[in-house]
Amino acid sequence: MKKISLIPVLVVGVLLLYAADDFPEWGNPTAPASASSLSSHFISNTGVDTEVPNMVTAVLADYRGFDTMFETVVVFIAGMAVLAILKGSSGPFSKNKKYTSSIEPDLIVTNTVRLLVPVIQIFSFYVLAHGHVSPGGGFQGGVVMGASFIMIALSWDLETALVRFPLDKCFLVAALGIILYGGIGLLSMFLGGEFLDYAELANILPVSREMARYHAMLGVEIGVGLTVTAIMFALYANLSTEGKLKGGL
Amino acid sequence: MGLELFNTMILLLLVVAAIVALRVKDLLTASVVFAVYSFLMCLLWAEMGAVDVAFTEATVGAGISTVVMVATILNLKRKSSD
Repeated sequence: MKKISLIPVLVVGVLLLYAADDFPEWGNPTAPASASSLSSHFISNTGVDTEVPNMVTAVLADYRGFDTMFETVVVFIAGMAVLAILKGSSGPFSKNKKYTSSIEPDLIVTNTVRLLVPVIQIFSFYVLAHGHVSPGGGFQGGVVMGASFIMIALSWDLETALVRFPLDKCFLVAALGIILYGGIGLLSMFLGGEFLDYAELANILPVSREMARYHAMLGVEIGVGLTVTAIMFALYANLSTEGKLKGGL
Repeated sequence: MGLELFNTMILLLLVVAAIVALRVKDLLTASVVFAVYSFLMCLLWAEMGAVDVAFTEATVGAGISTVVMVATILNLKRKSSD
């Protein structure tokens, strides 16, 4: 069986290598992706429209805001699905697992984590808030924030992390993130624009229409960050203990 | 020249990491090799100027997904039968 499956693998591999020859050179200005009117429009208009220096953030949170909103919803649903499957499972998998390990947390590890976690969390806030200007944004900041809670759970045990971020709060925060995102979109609709047309927020904010888009993007990124933080930690908490939320790895 | 050498080395290591991740029997080793693969992709993207993608790959690919995979594997059988 392994020998037979090797044939399609080789055929597809040769086809892919043959097709890879047609790819444009890296950085070629006449490549289809660079030559399209869309990318030149973004390059010339992003700074004028939104005053955001980082074009990637502007495209993600403003021009394609609808897309990013439902990406966040997908993350939320993934967390919900894991909870729905694992919650209250006595588990056919749990036989070959011993939960009796109640060793003291290691002194060096816990003290290092105690020093590191505040730095990581401040860095995640920086990544989130500075995402307009430098690389970063809601997803990355949220993941770094979630990782800091996972680090606590890894070095002590899950209960210690759950005291700081209980699971029911996790899902509250995750839903709050999506509501914040959708709420900013809805607010701009009520102010006379279209859904997620942030420029209309200039009617209630004391800034220009361009800066309104700039600030609304920050609000939207905060929403994404909240959802991703909570779901990443909830995923780890459920997967590492099969939904029992007791004991460490 | 130096950049091309860097690229070639990363691409070669990528192929090696991909093959090792598939061939190795211990699933925990495989997931750590996946983290190596993700980090090499992150280096490649950063070198090509796609810094946002590189950042996402470093946090999600090399960071969180490795932790989630390890957490899952420790609750399953360690060895692959394949």
